[in-house]
Amino acid sequence: MWDYTEKVLDLFYNPKNQGAIAADNESGIAVVFGEVGSIACGDALRLHLKIEIAQDKILDARFQTFGCTSAIASSSALTELIKGLTLDEALKITNREIADYLGGLPEAKMHCSVMGQEALEAAIYKYRGIEVEHHEEEEGALVCRCFGISEPKIRRVIIENDLTTVEQVSNYIKAGGGCGSCLAGIEDLIQAIQAEKAATSARVNAELAIAQDYRPLTTLQKINLIQQVLTEEVRPVLLADGGDVELYDVKDDVVQVILKGACGSCSSSTTTLKIAIESRLKERVLPSLVVEAV
Amino acid sequence: MTVIYLDNNATTKVDPAVIDAMLPYLSEYYGNPSSMHTFGGQVGKAIRDARSHIAQLLGAEESEIIFTSCGTESNNTAIRTALAAQPDRRHIITTQVEHPCVLNVCKQLEKQGYTVTYLSVDWQGQIDLLELEAAITGNTALVTTMYANNETGVVFPIEQIGAIAKAAGATFHVDAVQVAGKLPLSMKDSTIDLLTISGHKLHAPKGIGVLYVRRGFRFRAFLLGGHQERGRRAGTENVPGIIGLGKAAEIANFELKYMHRETRLRDRLEQGLLSRIADCEINGHPTQRLPNTTNIGFKYIEGEAILFSLNQYGICASSGSACTSGSLEPSHVLRAMGLPYTILHGSIRFSLSRFTTEAEVDRVLEVMPGIVNRLRELSPFTSDSAGWLQERDMTIAGAAT
Repeated sequence: MWDYTEKVLDLFYNPKNQGAIAADNESGIAVVFGEVGSIACGDALRLHLKIEIAQDKILDARFQTFGCTSAIASSSALTELIKGLTLDEALKITNREIADYLGGLPEAKMHCSVMGQEALEAAIYKYRGIEVEHHEEEEGALVCRCFGISEPKIRRVIIENDLTTVEQVSNYIKAGGGCGSCLAGIEDLIQAIQAEKAATSARVNAELAIAQDYRPLTTLQKINLIQQVLTEEVRPVLLADGGDVELYDVKDDVVQVILKGACGSCSSSTTTLKIAIESRLKERVLPSLVVEAV
Repeated sequence: MTVIYLDNNATTKVDPAVIDAMLPYLSEYYGNPSSMHTFGGQVGKAIRDARSHIAQLLGAEESEIIFTSCGTESNNTAIRTALAAQPDRRHIITTQVEHPCVLNVCKQLEKQGYTVTYLSVDWQGQIDLLELEAAITGNTALVTTMYANNETGVVFPIEQIGAIAKAAGATFHVDAVQVAGKLPLSMKDSTIDLLTISGHKLHAPKGIGVLYVRRGFRFRAFLLGGHQERGRRAGTENVPGIIGLGKAAEIANFELKYMHRETRLRDRLEQGLLSRIADCEINGHPTQRLPNTTNIGFKYIEGEAILFSLNQYGICASSGSACTSGSLEPSHVLRAMGLPYTILHGSIRFSLSRFTTEAEVDRVLEVMPGIVNRLRELSPFTSDSAGWLQERDMTIAGAAT
């Protein structure tokens, strides 16, 4: 029997925000829903959002879920977490936050929290007219055929949750949990990502040590370091979402970048800029850096 | 909260009379039956009595009964000994719906060079004898099938399978774990060479199993060591387990004639659920089925959520859904039957025992419609939910291999 927390059981037995939201053509209000999963997969979530258009804000969130105890509890938790947030704020919600809200989920049930996050993205992207599936099919090969999961999706869940084993990947997004023929491929992906991570942090740390111990970064060092962090740490995450970034110029502490792919047209690009790029560069290169899009 | 236990195909309550019979063998009679003193000898006598009761339940001779540690050990032993008996034959026939302790042994044997035919089942969980006839050859060493399926309760035509196996000179092994104590068995009138039963499925404790070996069969021991079980299964006897299983077999022999009671309660439960709840179906053959088992698919909702809802009322059942197993794939048995995914993921098995009461069945009938309705209200799928991935969702699951 699964060892669910009190919170999971409570939200399963007494779910909050269940049901659909009817579109009533209220002015200034948009109603949209996002879907993930299917009966074949064993779980599916339809997330309904009521959005105040002017403020880009989630007024109400409701869910319809086909799935197990933790799938229903995760859906309910998600709706509680995002009500009142702006869409940009909501997009920052990770599957980890959904799991934390529930006081944790059994490892094998982490995919329920990932499903919540994916449905949220699906709903917001749909509202913003971004086609997610399209990017994935074009840019990433299907790795797990049983559950239809592409490489960018697997990369993302590995990076965001710092996963180290194939079993964890199956627990988080089911990939590899069917016939098992893609297990070796997932294993390779994990190793590649771990290797990238180790190499990056080793190099960046070494260069930081040099920079901090001896003298301020020269302009050349600064630009090289920024380029390196963008290439090795920022772009993999953006690519997983169908976006990309290119370094345009560096003037003193101002880093100018060009947002590409999905990021270019995405209205949460400000968030991407500040969270994914600027904070990372501040941390890795210089705390005084400011990033702007050109 | 009192427990309503309807998961008897998973394991059963140990009969209080079985516990009473066992207790002295956990306290004062701790002697080793192999010892050369009266103290051990009286334990040996008790084991002979237990063996006699089990032989009677199986319609077999006492010398044909080997005690093992569990059904899994019996099945592993049976398959290995059958292959050793005819080493020149390199083909095995089994079915797609066997227990993992048969399927996984077969998969390993494939890696060792054996060829294995996994017979398919139809949508009612029944095998096709013509498929068996087409598959069997002079190279077939073993036909191993279950007597009845643990998930659906579907009973295979064992004697017809056995006749085909015998005609080809193959050994016939039957996993009767779900059948002993539920259907009458008579090995002396049977084509079965080897038969597995397990104690904890018939109100004896866990940790005791039996392998019936037809007299004259070229048996090769699986566990080697001392001379216990006449050298056919080494290891000091699980005396309390054997005594318990002996008592359980004695009771089961007596209770067999009351099985119609269980059938009536099962039918009451099944018909009650089907009449109270829309969009649900029985999984498995309507009549060729164990008297105590019903497996029902509740469309548009997921089995694990149903189980946790039932658990709130102290009702214990099980499900073939993916989320129940933790394996991400739904039951290999229901998949082999080619049922739609909405049935697979929403399947619930209720399995009764002689301890099940009418009041318990009625309690399930009382709470189940509310549980199903609540989960259906939460679900995005309904009987008329057109569009959303409908085509893919309603398609039939691929046959398991």
